[in-house]
Amino acid sequence: MSLALPLAETVMSLEFIAQQVVIGLASGSLIALVALGYTMVYGVVGLVNFAHGDLFMLGGCLAVTLVEAAGPPQAGAPAAVGILLLVVLCGLFCGGLNLAVDRLVYRPLRESPKLAPLVSSIGVSFIFMNLGLFWIGPSDRSFPSLVPADNLLPFESLRFSSRDLLVVAVVVPLMAGLAVLVRSTRSGKAMRAVAQDPTAAALVGVNVEKVIGATFFLGGFLAGAASVVYAATITTIGFQMGFQTGLYAFTAAVLGGIGSIPGAVVGGLVIGLVRALGGACLGERWAGGIVFAVLIAVLVFRPEGLFGRRQREKV
Amino acid sequence: MAVPHDASASAGRRRRPVRWELPALVAAAVAPLLVPPLGGGLGGQVTILFIYAILALALNVMVGFTGILHLGIAALFGIGGYTAAILTVPTLPFGWPFAAAATAAVAVAAGAGLLLAAPTLRLRGDYLAIVTLGFGEVVKVALRNLEEITGGMQGLGPVPPPGAALEIGGIDLGREFVVDPRWFYWLALAALAAVVSGLRWLEGSRLGRAMAAVREDELAAAAVGVPVGRVKLAAFAISSAIAGLAGCLYVTSLSTTADPNTYDFQRSVLMLCAVILGGLGSIPGTLAGVAILVGFDTVLAPRADAWLQQVGLNTTGSSILSFSGWRLAVFGMVLIVMMRFRPEGLLPTRRGAGKLPPAAGNSEN
Repeated sequence: MSLALPLAETVMSLEFIAQQVVIGLASGSLIALVALGYTMVYGVVGLVNFAHGDLFMLGGCLAVTLVEAAGPPQAGAPAAVGILLLVVLCGLFCGGLNLAVDRLVYRPLRESPKLAPLVSSIGVSFIFMNLGLFWIGPSDRSFPSLVPADNLLPFESLRFSSRDLLVVAVVVPLMAGLAVLVRSTRSGKAMRAVAQDPTAAALVGVNVEKVIGATFFLGGFLAGAASVVYAATITTIGFQMGFQTGLYAFTAAVLGGIGSIPGAVVGGLVIGLVRALGGACLGERWAGGIVFAVLIAVLVFRPEGLFGRRQREKV
Repeated sequence: MAVPHDASASAGRRRRPVRWELPALVAAAVAPLLVPPLGGGLGGQVTILFIYAILALALNVMVGFTGILHLGIAALFGIGGYTAAILTVPTLPFGWPFAAAATAAVAVAAGAGLLLAAPTLRLRGDYLAIVTLGFGEVVKVALRNLEEITGGMQGLGPVPPPGAALEIGGIDLGREFVVDPRWFYWLALAALAAVVSGLRWLEGSRLGRAMAAVREDELAAAAVGVPVGRVKLAAFAISSAIAGLAGCLYVTSLSTTADPNTYDFQRSVLMLCAVILGGLGSIPGTLAGVAILVGFDTVLAPRADAWLQQVGLNTTGSSILSFSGWRLAVFGMVLIVMMRFRPEGLLPTRRGAGKLPPAAGNSEN
């Protein structure tokens, strides 16, 4: 993903920066997709769903299994159909799994102290990680190259590959669909009502548990879709990738103001850019550290995020 | 209502520890003289168990006593360990003796804990947990990348044994530590005993009661005049110092820091599992939790796996058919099951304080 070029002359060049911006926006939109799952779930149940990143990882495991089972891409079937199918299947899988975990693990803890479901979600995350370990093994697995890494632009120094196009082609419709769903449908209205005040929503006849279930499903679906695009663009997956991606996405959600859907999207793009540009300046190996430093800084100086509202604590 | 109860508790505080702690300490101290395997490989494993017990007690100060969910305790463990290693390894120019390096490790870890705590005091429970997690990751990345000082992925070594080049009564102490694992066993046990009695004292002290007040209800504590910020800072400093001590013992007993991934999130969660399994805030509970989980992880599972292979049940060495292969899932299940069915832990404290704190924010509803 990133070019490990020496710092001296390259950082200054405009093309180099433009390239990092392209890379950052591409990885940022995937982060945003995962971040939506954090922010939506937080919005309705106030839970930092620790296992979300590992759910994303399991989506990648399913994708690699399906692709390997289907064999090499045939000449007749275009890769686009295959990827669409993968997005739907992995999305349904992750959505269903997320919903099942909510029913089994988090739902009995609705009335418990807030840290109880958080600790449980750490537990779920570890179980997912163990499943991923059994599924794809301890070492990184390479994902068959479904989309070529060719350059669609007529420049030498600035690349925008079919893989980047794939990211746009999957992420934009999903986000648009989510925006329509939340803003203009009845279930979206119910979701916003629960996010605002679950008790009041229940009083006016909203089936709160149903809305929570739908939210877990949607968040999981987006993570599953993101995992397919991630696997197809990065082309390696490993059982530990969920932890880091999850933390990036959580950082994005917090940066945008957790609970805010547009916030998660903007936060994801910003984190992608910070990661790409910061990694290019200080070296790829520091990229993770930079993102966490941003996370700590945001939480400390502006815990409500860019789009969130400040809440006062009451007794 | 609470007054007579508390009074009796503080009156009993001096006597109570004697009930189980002294006999346990004596038994543990004499055991290596009576049980020959403790003079060999098993002794080394039990030493590691003691060290993890110290680390879990450090975490217990945060999560159990003060009610702050800390997800980066392994980073402070690592900071203590690396400080001790940097100050003692022959490849770097310091070459401090063990005692001085251990003191420095404790001090540096406490300082790092304060550094982490200072800007985060105002944060809500779940956000604070994430900041501690982020801190853990930053520390791990730094340990991995500052290769000139930390040795990168190889880690730092060889860390000389305690008492290297020190002769007392004709015994070369450094050599004794190398050839006989019992020396380290006793050193770790002594450190554990010191930490346990220190925390016993802390529990009943003014500061300890202030911590409990912060845990039960931060706003109410502030309203009755508990300096919440300072109490949290103290908790961070004490907990980090103890974690630093554990780290220093750990690298000295292994004679290397091992690779930085030893100090990652998994380690922090393993400690959290131990504390939650045993009972938040409960010292005997924490010790039991460590004995069960770390005992499973480092002693029982490898032995059971070797046995499985021996009897021909797992001839291919498949990880699904081994106990070690399931370790992450086991830790995960412990967290989920405890939260669901017994949030107060196996050996809860008498005050019933073992429950998770409401963690500010719950009160909004």
